Amino acid sequence: MAAPTRIAAFVTGLVCLATSALAESGDVEAGKRVFSKCQGCHQVGEEAKHRIGPHLNGLFGRRAASHDDFRYSKSFRRAGTGGLEWHAETLDTFLENPRSMASGTRMSFRGLKDAGDRANLIAYLRTFSDDPANIPEADPTARGTDHDLEPTILALKGDPEYGEYLSGECVTCHQASGAGNGIPSIILWPEEDFVVAMHAYKKKQRKHPVMQMVAGRLGDEEIAALAAYFGQLNE
Amino acid sequence: MKLNRRAFLGTTAAAAGTIAAPVVLADGHSKPRVIVVGGGAGGATAARYIAKDSKGEIDVTLIEPTRTYYTCFFSNLYLGGFKEVSDIGHTYGKLAASGVNVVHDWAVGVDRDARTVSLAGGASLPYDKLILSPGIDFVDGAVEGWDLSSQNAMPHAYKAGSQSELLKAQLVAMPEGGTFVMVAPPNPFRCPPGPYERVSMVAHFLKNNNPTAKIIVADPKPKFSKMALFQEGWANHYEGMVDWIGEDFGGGNVSVDPAAMTVSIDGEETKADVCNVIPAMKAGRIAELAGVTDGNWAPVNAADMSSKADPDIHVLGDASQQGDMPKSGFAANSQAKVCANAVRGALTESKVFPAKFSNTCWSLIAANDGVKVGATYEATPEKIAKIDGFISQTGETSDVRKATYEESEGWYTGITTDMLG
Ligand SMILES: Cc1cc2nc3c(=O)[nH]c(=O)nc-3n(C[C@H](O)[C@H](O)[C@H](O)COP(=O)(O)OP(=O)(O)OC[C@H]3O[C@@H](n4cnc5c(N)ncnc54)[C@H](O)[C@@H]3O)c2cc1C
Repeated sequence: MAAPTRIAAFVTGLVCLATSALAESGDVEAGKRVFSKCQGCHQVGEEAKHRIGPHLNGLFGRRAASHDDFRYSKSFRRAGTGGLEWHAETLDTFLENPRSMASGTRMSFRGLKDAGDRANLIAYLRTFSDDPANIPEADPTARGTDHDLEPTILALKGDPEYGEYLSGECVTCHQASGAGNGIPSIILWPEEDFVVAMHAYKKKQRKHPVMQMVAGRLGDEEIAALAAYFGQLNE
Repeated sequence: MKLNRRAFLGTTAAAAGTIAAPVVLADGHSKPRVIVVGGGAGGATAARYIAKDSKGEIDVTLIEPTRTYYTCFFSNLYLGGFKEVSDIGHTYGKLAASGVNVVHDWAVGVDRDARTVSLAGGASLPYDKLILSPGIDFVDGAVEGWDLSSQNAMPHAYKAGSQSELLKAQLVAMPEGGTFVMVAPPNPFRCPPGPYERVSMVAHFLKNNNPTAKIIVADPKPKFSKMALFQEGWANHYEGMVDWIGEDFGGGNVSVDPAAMTVSIDGEETKADVCNVIPAMKAGRIAELAGVTDGNWAPVNAADMSSKADPDIHVLGDASQQGDMPKSGFAANSQAKVCANAVRGALTESKVFPAKFSNTCWSLIAANDGVKVGATYEATPEKIAKIDGFISQTGETSDVRKATYEESEGWYTGITTDMLG
């Protein structure tokens, strides 16, 4: 890619120079492939919306946890209030180990250990931020809902009280606090995403055997109840 | 609401075995009282859920003698060197802070007519509902030559804590090329894959520290949980180290001499450097003292885990005889939530939802080589009945096995938080 030279103007120190250079040297096309790891939860591009994670348009220069219409973890809100802003270097640290910057983040992703992958991903995300040298042009890349569900199933309104009881089965493994190590967080998901995911396990489109088993015997109402309960759970 | 207690007892006796009869509160007390005996996987979960969900409407007292609960789950990983003993110890502070009255004492008796529990310290506490989750004790005389007084020479390490530390110390002190013998238990017992995960973890430790040492397992059973997976793992990681002697080869014909440190297996005497005796098990003794056992275990109704002998007593976890679920921490935790919902419903006006149970047991065979087995269950009039299950496959890729191990780490944090807050 054409490295925008004006970045040099912002360079204030050696550390910064090193990481900015890293991000610049990233390959957008390769970064798009790395982004497939993020697509399950994040959208980016023209029609991107918040899903399990917030959309990632306009990320550069933005304060962390600053979308009013997304429910961030407490930990992230604290980081944002504390002044965390997204730049190449903060993203690089965050992507290497998400918990390093927000210990209670619900982003249940272990991190990208490979510096090259991170640089590529950062270069790719950079193309979706306002930047005179880099006008967003790529197609929306996020995978839409990848499984078709009857609208009647999606329209079901779950009973959170029943969901709370049923959730007992979930929280033996998935922590109610939203913390996740080895087992992902399931709280505060958009209800629709939760319902879609559970039905995908039920139909064995998603592969995990424990989840196939647990989802396999949940009825539509029960899945809706769980989605309603976990969707409103506070940390 | 006040009824004549005798008349009331008459009606419940008639209704014994059916779902929750209306409850009369113990005399002169405005709030219903629940006593939970045993602060382990079943008891701590039940106490926490009842206190949390009743929002102060129910008094919950937990009786547990130890101040630190060492989980048996992951105690094998401690033997293998993957965990420190402090990683598996948990205190009751958060549970107490969340509104459970935690009493560190032994329950030594239950008066079912008076509905009181007596404690070793002398107190007698009244209850409206009593939940027993005392775990296991060992059947006397189950292994010839072994009794509780031999547990220092030949540890069971089947209740975690000092016994686990003792077994680990003996393992570390084993002479080069020495022999580790395990006497495995007959069915049914706590944690069906437990002995075999232990063999794997002991083998892992020895491979790194004492590679010419040997492991002999004397087993009274012809087969065991996840057998194909464990045997594949032993062949892959610890070739030639583990000698499993099943029932067909006299593995059940065992006696031990703790003073001489010898084990006789089917008439052949072996000198053991470490001997881990895991005797046959029964419900924790308080269940027997309460008169709710039939044989070694306490039969329960699947719908709410209530005792078949007394509708005001519920029995959870390893001590219960419920049907198809294995005796595991996961199962005890799952049963506790069903029980908590039913007890709350019986004592307050809260909604009672249908029982649902599930279980998954992870085992570690070697570093990053995790396997799992699990099932879902439902309550039928006869028992907790299995609906559907799965098990890890032999020959899985190392990525799958690593992810399975990582899941078990997540589960461990999840369940201990779910139990103790
Ligand atoms: C080596 C090993 C590995 C295991 N691995 C796993 C695993 O990976 N996954 C899994 O799900 N399960 C595992 N288990 C099984 C699991 O530990 C038990 O099934 C589970 O702890 C049962 O819960 P419980 O509540 O019935 O008993 P426990 O957890 O044993 O709790 C009983 C409690 O009651 C207390 N108590 C007893 N008598 C009295 C009394 N009279 N008064 C007051 N308190 C009393 C005891 O002090 C104890 O704290 C393993 C077990 C072992 C031995």
